Amino acid sequence: MEKFIGKSVKRREDARFLKGAGKYTDDIKLPKMTQAAFVRSPYAHAKILSVDTSEAENAEGVVAVFTAQDGCGEYGVPCGWQVDFKNGETMREPQHPLLAKDKIRHLGEAVAIVIAESLELARDAAELVEVDYEELPAVTDPKKAMEDGAPLVHEQWADNAAFDWCIGNDRAEVETALASAYHVTELEYRNQRLAPNAMEPRSYIADYDVNADKWTLYTSTQNPHLIRLLLCAFALGIPEHKVRVVSYDVGGGFGSKIYHYTEEALLTWASKEIGRPIKWTSDRSEAFLTDAHGRDHVVHSRMGFDKEGKIVAHLTDEYCGLGAYLSTFAPAVPTYLHGTLFQGVYTTPLIHLNVTAPFTHTVAVDAYRGAGRPEATYLLERIISKGAQEMNMDPTEIRLKNFIPPFDGVEQPGYQTQVALQYDSGNYHAVLKRGLEMLGYEDFRKEQKEAREKGRLLGVGFSTYIEGCGIAPSAVVGALGARAGLYEVGQVRVQPTGKVSVYTGAHSHGQGHETVFAQFVADKLGIPMDDVEIEHGDTEQVAFGMGTYGSRSLAVGGSAIVKSIEKILEKGAKIAAHKLEAAEGDLEYAEGKWTVKGTDKSVSFGDVSLTAYVPHDYPEGLEPGLDFSSFYDPSNFTYPFGTHIAVVEVDPDTGKVDLKRFVACDDVGNVMNPMIVDGQIQGGVAQGVGQALLEEVVYDEGGQMITGSYMDYAMPRADDLPMIESDRTVTPCPHNPLGVKGAGEAGAIGSTPAVVNAVVDALAHLGVSDLQMPLTPQRVWKAMQN
Amino acid sequence: MKITVKVNGVAHTHEVEPRISLTHYLREILDLTGTHIGCDTSGCGACTITMDGKAVKSCTILAVQADGSEITTIEGMANGNEMHPIQAAFKEHHGLQCGFCTPGMVMTAVDILKNNSNPTEEEVRHGLEGNFCRCTGYHNIVKSIRHAAEQINS
Repeated sequence: MEKFIGKSVKRREDARFLKGAGKYTDDIKLPKMTQAAFVRSPYAHAKILSVDTSEAENAEGVVAVFTAQDGCGEYGVPCGWQVDFKNGETMREPQHPLLAKDKIRHLGEAVAIVIAESLELARDAAELVEVDYEELPAVTDPKKAMEDGAPLVHEQWADNAAFDWCIGNDRAEVETALASAYHVTELEYRNQRLAPNAMEPRSYIADYDVNADKWTLYTSTQNPHLIRLLLCAFALGIPEHKVRVVSYDVGGGFGSKIYHYTEEALLTWASKEIGRPIKWTSDRSEAFLTDAHGRDHVVHSRMGFDKEGKIVAHLTDEYCGLGAYLSTFAPAVPTYLHGTLFQGVYTTPLIHLNVTAPFTHTVAVDAYRGAGRPEATYLLERIISKGAQEMNMDPTEIRLKNFIPPFDGVEQPGYQTQVALQYDSGNYHAVLKRGLEMLGYEDFRKEQKEAREKGRLLGVGFSTYIEGCGIAPSAVVGALGARAGLYEVGQVRVQPTGKVSVYTGAHSHGQGHETVFAQFVADKLGIPMDDVEIEHGDTEQVAFGMGTYGSRSLAVGGSAIVKSIEKILEKGAKIAAHKLEAAEGDLEYAEGKWTVKGTDKSVSFGDVSLTAYVPHDYPEGLEPGLDFSSFYDPSNFTYPFGTHIAVVEVDPDTGKVDLKRFVACDDVGNVMNPMIVDGQIQGGVAQGVGQALLEEVVYDEGGQMITGSYMDYAMPRADDLPMIESDRTVTPCPHNPLGVKGAGEAGAIGSTPAVVNAVVDALAHLGVSDLQMPLTPQRVWKAMQN
Repeated sequence: MKITVKVNGVAHTHEVEPRISLTHYLREILDLTGTHIGCDTSGCGACTITMDGKAVKSCTILAVQADGSEITTIEGMANGNEMHPIQAAFKEHHGLQCGFCTPGMVMTAVDILKNNSNPTEEEVRHGLEGNFCRCTGYHNIVKSIRHAAEQINS
């Protein structure tokens, strides 16, 4: 029997996408479907004095116009994570209304929804809604939001803080160690705000069936069951068993499609009001204004070293913007998904991070590819490289001096950090060594020296990252403020003919689960891959699930499926023993059949499957059928790691950065499909490079977004990037059955500081020691002139 | 206004509003939903089709401007179950992940290879400048298009 684990099996989902036959939400048309358009605020902060919808209501083709006065969703959309203040005060949690009532708190906040027979008519009528605003001063910068006299986002509280938080060792102890350190490196910067920009804009269709008293919500989400839960239990208070949430093909997520958005809930509510299906698809301008953004940290950090370059202490203060309302995961991102990675891959004995998280007059900030971990990695990898530069050390030497020694999590225990987590397994030396080989480090330094003599500016930058994936042990995250469990569900249904349907709560929006999951299911059952079908994305098909984010699909979702396979084989063995008239203990399962050990007597998986459904001659007391569902709650996070190396050349006349090479050596544990892992890394690297060189969401002082289209927001294009040189080391995860760690976010986490370090390295001899992202030609050129 | 357009070899005549885009016509009136809309500033290229043999962004063309033209969309690329060499190369080299930008990438690749049967990596990257992909980092798209060129040339 052909084996599939570890092979670059081509994706079975590709045929439909390549033929234009994908089924994205906006491709769906339902009978009697209406279209919606929103009336959105042109101000970031304003009082709503009046809303006049009369003209719009009477316009051609308009079915209904709703405002907050119509009683839609009195609860608003909820936040899924609670982080309380250090002094014990409860997190400040404002209501996030489906439509703004009295007050606008960010640009693009919706005031009214107009529903019409066509999109054009809905948009025409939306222009006829008259809203009278009184504009108010706004604050968009997280640090300024905490200054005295800053405009308040929510007047019920004395200042803009939603919470503050700290992690690590006692602050005074860390301060003392810094005071006596041989050298202290300081870094001050902004980890800029980014727009995730999945290529498919958010799209929803809500369809209320009056006869069945049931709703169907088609939505471009990464987690249909979570949306159903939040929608039913919180936003609308409608019965969960009467709601079906369907998410067929989704055109990328990167975090931005995890969250429960107001439009989803509002359409669901309005569909019942009008008794017809309603579609809304965001356009790109709306996406910039209303999709949750990422990052937005203002950082001040100090790292102390002894004279050999060993880190002695690390102290950081951050202001992390949350936007006007708390999005689903928002409080977790600058805290538990961020501060818990401050150990990095280093033996730093003393660490303290202090976070102040304010509201600002901007759209919400939440998880974007990596979620808190890219921000942690950027800081650690920049500050250690800056430390090396200041102490005249090689950036690889300082890393090697500080690396945690190798541990496999089996023979050697996991590594207990100063910031709560215990790493599962790691070998940071090996992955750096391999990265340096791939680069040809010594040759590069020679080339760099020669180039400099000719006035060319070449630089190399390193990032030896670690990240936490596979979220998460439910009890752990529960103790940390999560309001949901973070297990996953996997059902394996063996059909009477021995064909296998697998239902997973994970959701694929580019990751290729339909292929990869089928690979390991086929191998574990010893059957052809063609006999396995993977189903996801429909709450009426899949029992439950928490969805896909945090590189968790295989580590958590895959493990749930493995658990069900084990139950299938256990029950199958009972049936096989009966058929073979042997004791269960005398059987072994391999190559799709149970064999009596030491004999040629065997029975196939297909025969056992049929017998389970036609139980005429059957073990006494055993239930018919071969269908198991499992919940898998991991015992720990997983910790992928790697070395990313960027080589850049800076144009001395213009400051333009040319990324010449990018070397990525990653360790994501065991690999099911190398082609797909490489693809995940390459895509992640492109996003990380985008942050380093190109991307930034800019709000002006008044809260207007001045990067609200692809004319102004610079995403990486094909000619901004080189081919990515990838390789891997393999350190299996010791605590999940597949030994996998997750590969979805590594590229975006590791790459950004490597690129910035490379540009600083190229300019170091000119006295440049730091640069603010994105490294636009103007910024780089200015730094060169000073 | 009345327009007649030949799409993927089939002639269609429709009365259309003058303001609707060609993308809208393809998606909403002809139900050819393989052509996607990723932005509203002609920046992303997800809506790329070929019109009279040239790759164009269908969101920037009014349906009425397409009157009398011959159009190929992603749905017109495969010959039944047999994929066009460009499509086959995207599958072989993992040139797609979420699939949303893919139709535009494939249609742009048609144009690139029409004008240059054996493009260098740099030429392919230059040719893809008008198309965003957020998933792949372009690595495997570039690889796919270069391998498609080899296949077509062999």
